[in-house]
Amino acid sequence: MKRLGWTLAVFVALVALLAIGLRLNPREVPSPLIGKPAPAFELPLLMMPDKRFSEREMLGQVWLLNVWASWCPPCLVEHPVVTRIAQSGLVPVVGLNYKDAREEALPWLARNGNPYRLIVYDADGRIGIDYGVYGVPETYVIDRQGVIRYKHIGPLTADVVQQKVEPLVKQLVAQ
Amino acid sequence: MRHALLVLLVALPCWAQDIEQRAMALERELRCLVCQNQTLAESNAPLAMDLRNQIREQLAAGKSEREVVDYLVARYGDFVRYRPPLRASTALLWAGPFVFLIGGFYVLARFLRRRRVPRPQLTSAERERAAKLLE
Repeated sequence: MKRLGWTLAVFVALVALLAIGLRLNPREVPSPLIGKPAPAFELPLLMMPDKRFSEREMLGQVWLLNVWASWCPPCLVEHPVVTRIAQSGLVPVVGLNYKDAREEALPWLARNGNPYRLIVYDADGRIGIDYGVYGVPETYVIDRQGVIRYKHIGPLTADVVQQKVEPLVKQLVAQ
Repeated sequence: MRHALLVLLVALPCWAQDIEQRAMALERELRCLVCQNQTLAESNAPLAMDLRNQIREQLAAGKSEREVVDYLVARYGDFVRYRPPLRASTALLWAGPFVFLIGGFYVLARFLRRRRVPRPQLTSAERERAAKLLE
């Protein structure tokens, strides 16, 4: 009887462990950049190649950095969600066009709309590496001091925006 | 002048080969984040290619292996390393197999002890009978 109890306990523990393990999303690797200053960049704008933009220009405001590319289908999926946040006026959204070609990115925006305050053009993905990008789309919430407060990997969904991004942005704006 | 050129001609390929070997060794220790069960050396993901180029560039610029790994860990976290450092957060990972091994031995020891049959105690009558049978 005692032995049966033990076996049952081990079995239940194992099932619990597997249940937790299988629910975790292995793609959600915690970013070491959370709580650290957003890596510096100075990149040309997608629309105006001769103009450059640096993350320093956003100091003093809370903003979102959304990494996207025209070759990335999930980016198209999240596009309405990104558009909704940007149009709500809650927070400016800066786009980082990642390893894309201008002649493809521009028609993509023309087709799907351009919700971004502005878009920087990271043709070789070098700045993407600095931001630890590995699964486009990715979205960063950056505070007034230029510190990364949150990172979302994969397409933004209405749920993520409602439960994570919006509350955090409101809290950061209020600070 | 001709000598210098000759030295360069011999040294350059060696140097490039050295970088290549060091880069390959590093790539086998680092994880590709796109296809997470592959190393950077094995993966064909575009990001893996970019990172392989970065590793070569940095080694060629004179950085040490450690600096290159630190560069990647700063961006992607300890997860990029196939040999994660021993920390509070990775203690279970490192100690887990030994805990299971010790647990296994404990269960085995208990099992064996339980199985041991006590030696039969004979009464004097039985002893006599046995002696008779053995004669």
